[in-house]
Amino acid sequence: MDASQILFFLSAVLILVSAIFVVTARNLVHAALWLIATLFGVAMLYVLLEAGFLAVVQVVVYIGAIAIMFIFAVMLTRRDLLSQTSQTNANWPIALGVSALSLAGVAFIARGFGFSLDRVPAPVPADSLERLGAALVSPEQFVLPFEVASILLLAALVGAVYVAMNKK
Amino acid sequence: MIPLSWYLYLSAALFAIGLYGVLARKNAIAILLGIELMLNAANINLVAFWRYTDPAQMAGQVFAIVVFAVAAAEVAVGLSLVISIYRARKTVIADELNLMKW
Repeated sequence: MDASQILFFLSAVLILVSAIFVVTARNLVHAALWLIATLFGVAMLYVLLEAGFLAVVQVVVYIGAIAIMFIFAVMLTRRDLLSQTSQTNANWPIALGVSALSLAGVAFIARGFGFSLDRVPAPVPADSLERLGAALVSPEQFVLPFEVASILLLAALVGAVYVAMNKK
Repeated sequence: MIPLSWYLYLSAALFAIGLYGVLARKNAIAILLGIELMLNAANINLVAFWRYTDPAQMAGQVFAIVVFAVAAAEVAVGLSLVISIYRARKTVIADELNLMKW
């Protein structure tokens, strides 16, 4: 077992344990803080996969913006679920069954996939960040999805402001 | 050396946990937290397949960045909806939001 495998196990344990706390924590502020731990573990995986830019974006956008927005939303709503009532609805055994079934299904598909599951990864080119930037704005590659994502963000910004606006 | 299958199993487990959160939690904000977990599971898969197939092609990373943008948009609109509903109905419990159910 080499160093990268140990790092993988560390981040996998961090991701799975904190994800379980995200879906079971009674206090939603705690759930949002556990979500930050999960997102940090995913950023560690991106570093292991040699996608350094995505790791930075994960920390800045997901932890710095999205998780903080969750904490704000939790604080702006009433803490009426902190009392003795259950945090889960009446269908939680079905939900557990469905998610276990989906886990089994995806694992089964991954096993039966015609893809060599233990192939050795090719070396990442040294200019991968330049390639990523060029791919995002090159008309032959991904400029259209990039622009559509920009329009989507703008529309979401305007929509979020309009929906949350106090109309009185 | 980490086999690709480890990443796939990890993201399958993360997806299943997020799915449980979406289906079982009462609080609307907690449901959005579960959706974030599922989006992250998809992103792990995208980046792992990018790394293990052809790292010179940037399609996997570009797709992951688009997922980031979609996640940010989804959270902004979702949380503003939750806050707006909370202002009108004084609740964020998804079971009690049955105004459009007949």
